[in-house]
Amino acid sequence: MTLSLTQKRKQKLYVILGLLVLASIAVGLTLYALRANINLFFSPIQIAAGEAPFERQIRAGGMVKEGTVVRNPDSLDVEFYVTDYVDDLRVHYSGILPDLFREGQGVVVVGQLQHDGYLKADQVLARHDENYMPPEVAQALVDAGYKPEDFQQKAEAAAKRAEASASNGASSSAY
Amino acid sequence: MLIRMIPEIGHFALVIALLMAIVQSVMPLAGAATRRPLWMAYARPMAAGQFLFVAIAYACLTASYMLDDFSVMNVANNSNSMLPWYYKFSAVWGNHEGSVLLWSLMLAGWGYFAARYSRELPRDMVARVLGVLGLVCVGFLLFILVTSNPFERILPHMPADGSDLNPLLQDIGLILHPPMLYMGYVGFSVVFAFAIAALLGGRLDAAWARWARPWTNLAWAFLTVGIALGSWWAYYELGWGGWWFWDPVENASLLPWLTGTALMHSLAVTEKRGAFKSWTLLLAISTFSLSLLGTFLVRSGVLTSVHAFANDPSRGFFILVLLGITVGLSLLIFALRAPRVSHKVGFTWLSRDALLLINNIMLVIMTVTVLMGTVYPLLLDALDLGKISVGPPYFNALFVPLTLIMVVFMGMGPISRWKDTSASLLVQRLWVAAAVSVVLGAALPLIFAERWSAPVAIGLIAALWIVLPMLRDLYDKTRHASSIGAGLKKLSLAYWGMQLGHLGVAVTIVGIAVVSNYEIERNVRMGPGSSVEVAGYTFTMTELTSRRGANFLADRAVIEVQRGDRERSFTMNPEKRLYIATGMPMTQVALRPGFFRDLYVAMGEDLGDGTWAMRVQYKPFVRWMWLGGLLMSIGGVLAVYDKRYRRMATAPDPEEAALQAASGKGKEAAA
Repeated sequence: MTLSLTQKRKQKLYVILGLLVLASIAVGLTLYALRANINLFFSPIQIAAGEAPFERQIRAGGMVKEGTVVRNPDSLDVEFYVTDYVDDLRVHYSGILPDLFREGQGVVVVGQLQHDGYLKADQVLARHDENYMPPEVAQALVDAGYKPEDFQQKAEAAAKRAEASASNGASSSAY
Repeated sequence: MLIRMIPEIGHFALVIALLMAIVQSVMPLAGAATRRPLWMAYARPMAAGQFLFVAIAYACLTASYMLDDFSVMNVANNSNSMLPWYYKFSAVWGNHEGSVLLWSLMLAGWGYFAARYSRELPRDMVARVLGVLGLVCVGFLLFILVTSNPFERILPHMPADGSDLNPLLQDIGLILHPPMLYMGYVGFSVVFAFAIAALLGGRLDAAWARWARPWTNLAWAFLTVGIALGSWWAYYELGWGGWWFWDPVENASLLPWLTGTALMHSLAVTEKRGAFKSWTLLLAISTFSLSLLGTFLVRSGVLTSVHAFANDPSRGFFILVLLGITVGLSLLIFALRAPRVSHKVGFTWLSRDALLLINNIMLVIMTVTVLMGTVYPLLLDALDLGKISVGPPYFNALFVPLTLIMVVFMGMGPISRWKDTSASLLVQRLWVAAAVSVVLGAALPLIFAERWSAPVAIGLIAALWIVLPMLRDLYDKTRHASSIGAGLKKLSLAYWGMQLGHLGVAVTIVGIAVVSNYEIERNVRMGPGSSVEVAGYTFTMTELTSRRGANFLADRAVIEVQRGDRERSFTMNPEKRLYIATGMPMTQVALRPGFFRDLYVAMGEDLGDGTWAMRVQYKPFVRWMWLGGLLMSIGGVLAVYDKRYRRMATAPDPEEAALQAASGKGKEAAA
């Protein structure tokens, strides 16, 4: 009787130990995978200060600097500057920009920082609607010493200028 | 006069519903605790009444939308007089307040149906189930009334017109996706209530599992369709052809789906073998808690996405408190009461019980990995340790291998027997399937695709390994019958449900494996006259035009598509729309769907000189993913209609039962 009880206890102990080992392996692997796949966010100030690693996937963000968006006339390569109104970051991207990508508005770019100081982006993220400002970008601008009202006004002013230039320029599609 | 008061009527109806929900939770729970039948009898009428009044409130909000009552802030912010009527109808849930109201309507609806189809349950069980559901309703109705009143007015300075619905949401996808998803989320509240009731009553037997199973299946089926619809919607609406982004909001819906899937399987063991009882209860609690967590993540504004409508910290805090209370209280009840219901049942490591245990463990590990990847950045941010994001590579690196490991056991599950299966039997029944799936899975991409791909081969092997043993099982089950038809007829609906569900998983795996590895995307600069070739199709832009829609202006490209040197060609018309009220641009994708491939053309951006950046994609087997989801949910619903559940659903005629209940009440009152 007592023997079977201790046997049972032993069995239980093995099961629990086994489960613990399995669980810790699972957690360890998960943390390893997590660590390898985390994208840290850097503002242009931090990148200018050399805080960001080179050639590793990072996120960066700020406002698209007005008048800096340049398309290559033969391909889909595009270059623009992202700014926090203190430092600028040059961004290279090849592909289609999101619908709500605008000069003077907030964006987040995901890509690798190159040794020549520009960021090679594989992804450009803009907001989903009119009021959305990427939270990292908002925080970066606050860190750069701007009040939220400041950069909101700046963004609005930029949007107005963009609109004005769009209506001045020959509106290509006549509805 | 009455028409102008519609929002106030709705608001008032919500207050009445809240009061009824309070009665529905307090009286029956107290009655069950003190064994007072009269108190317990409050549960059913209150559940019905509460549903009625939430429905009235919901109808009032819908009416405000349909009548363009822009004095209601919610309508003014999310609708516009130019909006077509069906989008006005669906705009009700295209915003925070309205969607929480829809949540509550469905919660009350599930409660009402739980009350209606529970005639066979013991009285105290009904009282506890409906009482717990009532408590959840109280939480959500309070949430609406305190933080998210959809009937708030802007008076006297009401706007002349509304500021329009987000164009991304003006789509059939929005009409269908949220209600389905919510039905799933909320549906798990019923099995949650069953779990708490079992713990409170200290009773958990095969009958309990039999009651809980159809509700779980139904909720799971809705959630499956909801997730599939969301993926489909993102695919064609966001304009770049992705179908799963591992976005926190998507993860929020995947988490309860994973534990819900585990719950369905563990309920099977609880019903058939009386085992895994506490585990089942824990899964029921976790699944609903994860549904609430999903709601918190999506609705609180801690995440920014198309789903996060408003960043109001008080709302996030309220849901967090609600979540804390639900999780804390139910785990406390679980800790105190679970030892009473648990029960030891022996089985060997080679049995259906053990295989289902492995299924559960794998699903829980998947849940934990997804949860960690989703919550970790939020935690770091909350603790001010930096802003990070966890990218898709993390999720893919863990989720895909875990799924494959699970599939290995999934193939064995339906063949194995309860309690104990001999290894020789398994080998005898499975070796052909194993050999065929490896050979066929490796050979198919070699035959049909231009280039062999290991991930595709593995995916096909996995899918075949799920399907072939099931076919073998069908053969074994029908070969002794007089004819195949007669044999098939004998099989239960629950069995067919299981088969269809597993087939759905296989179909989804094929879709994901093929489209992820064989899709082709070309981003090109195109103007009238230029053409591009993708996967044997030639896309030629013939002209660029423009048109005017109900509430938008659009640039439109006419693309002629020809396959190889075949005569027949067809046109595709992608558009770039500008919505007038909001000034928001939107990409309208041109899709040529097919069973084996989709062609996908989207207009990127106007490059000036009469050319556009165009996105042209070839997506083989992409429909299979969603088709698999559909099969899974049909399987879930089929199982609900199995005879052994129907017996309890149709047992007494409702009127007769009501009469009995009334006379019973009379007797009790007399006594």
